Amino acid sequence: MTYRIFGILAFLIFAPLLGGLLSGLDRKISARMQGRIGPSILQPFYDVRKLLSKQFIIVNPAQIFLVISFLATVIVTGGMFFGGSDILLCFFLLSTGATFLIFAACITNSPYSNLGASRELLQMMCYEPAVLLACIGFYLATGSFNVSDIIQADLPAIIKTPGFFVAFVFILTIKLRKSPFDLSTSHHPHQELVKGITTDMGAKTLALYEIAEWYEHVFLMGFVGLFFVCKNPWSYVVAVVAILATYFLEILIDNTSARVKWLTMFKLAWGVTLLIAGVNLIILMVLA
Amino acid sequence: MGNVKRSPWLLHYDGSSCNGCDIEVLACLTPVYDAERFGIINTGDPMQADIFLITGGINKANQAVVKQLYDQMPRPKVVVAVGVCACTGGVFKECYNIIGGADTTIPVDIYVPGCAARPQAIIDGIVKAIDLWQAKADKMENVQKELNKLDKLEEKEKK
Repeated sequence: MTYRIFGILAFLIFAPLLGGLLSGLDRKISARMQGRIGPSILQPFYDVRKLLSKQFIIVNPAQIFLVISFLATVIVTGGMFFGGSDILLCFFLLSTGATFLIFAACITNSPYSNLGASRELLQMMCYEPAVLLACIGFYLATGSFNVSDIIQADLPAIIKTPGFFVAFVFILTIKLRKSPFDLSTSHHPHQELVKGITTDMGAKTLALYEIAEWYEHVFLMGFVGLFFVCKNPWSYVVAVVAILATYFLEILIDNTSARVKWLTMFKLAWGVTLLIAGVNLIILMVLA
Repeated sequence: MGNVKRSPWLLHYDGSSCNGCDIEVLACLTPVYDAERFGIINTGDPMQADIFLITGGINKANQAVVKQLYDQMPRPKVVVAVGVCACTGGVFKECYNIIGGADTTIPVDIYVPGCAARPQAIIDGIVKAIDLWQAKADKMENVQKELNKLDKLEEKEKK
C-alpha cells in the first residue's frame, strides 16, 4: 500500500518536471538534427511560465473548464498507472481525457480548431485498437491487467509480446502527435490548419494543455517501460534505456518524415496493429 | 512573474507587401540563423503570439484583418512594422486603395525601415521589441499589484 501511495505521489510531483525535460530534450535533439544549436532544455518551462503571465482572453467560458478536465483525467490516469492499478482502466480514462480535449477544440468558432478536433477523432480511431491489444498482450503474458502484478512477473513481458510492443511504439507517434501523424495539431507553423486543436487556446489555457501533455507523455513512456519491467531490479535500468531509445526513435521519425493523409495513417496504423500485434496474439493464444 | 524575455513567440502577417520584406523576415527565422535558440517560435496563431511583425501597407481589404489579429493577441504585446511600406505606406502611399502605414490601424511600437528591410535590421528590431515586451510585462505586473491593493482596501472599508 505504501508503495502505491509513493508511486502516485512521485508521479504527481515529478511527472511535470520529467515531461517538461523530455519536451525540452525533444526540441534540443530536433535542433541538432537540423544542424542548429537549439533552445535551452528548460525552454518548455520558460514557455509555460510566460503563458501563465499573459492576459487571459476568453473565447468560450467552457473551454478552460474542458482543458482542466483533460488535465485532471490525465493526472488521474497516470496516478492509477504508477499506483499499480488496472492498465485497461487507465487507457479508458485517457480516452475520456482525449474526448474532453476534442470538446475543448469543438466549442470554439475557429474552423482550424474544429478541423483539428475532427482529425483528433480520426487519430483516436487509429490508435485505440493497438492500445487495447497491448493491454490484452500483458494479460496473456502475465495473467493480469494490474500493473502491481505485471511488475512482479518472473520474466519481462516483452519476451512474449514483442509484436504488441512494435504496434504500440508505432501508434505512439500518433499519440504524441508527431510527424508524419501530426494531423490534429501541427507543430510547424504556416500549415493548412494553423495550430489545429490548440488554435483557440492562448495564455493560461495553452499552459494547462502543455502541462497535461507532459503528464500524458510520462504516462505513455511509463507504459513503454512496463514491457521491460519484471521482478529483477536490473530490469528497471533496461526499462529506462528502452524508454529513452523509444523517445529518440520518435524524434528521429518526427524529423525525417512529412505529414501523411488521414487514410494513409488509418491503413498503416490498423495494418501494423492487425498484422504484427494480431500474429503475436494468435501465437500467444495457441501456446496458452 | 519576472522574466518573460526567454520565450517571445512571433506572429508574421503580410499586409499588402510586395513579398520582399516577407522573404527577409522568413530568412531571419530559418534554421540558418536559428532564432529558436532564443526561444523564438514563429507561430501562425495570434492567440499564442507576443510580437506582431507586420509587413506592407494597410489597404481597405486587410484593415479589418489586421485589427482583428491585433485584438486577438493577449497583453503584453508588441507590434513591429517591418519595411518602409508598413512604416509609412512607402511607394504605394498615394495609391487609391492604400490607407497608409500599419500605425493608421493599430499602435506600432517599433519601426524597421528599409526596402526591403535588411535581415540585420529586422533582427535588431526584434531584439528591441523583446526588451520593450519585457518592460510592458513588468508594467502589467505592477498595475496588477496596485489593483490587488485597491481590492484589499475596498474590502477593509466594507468591513
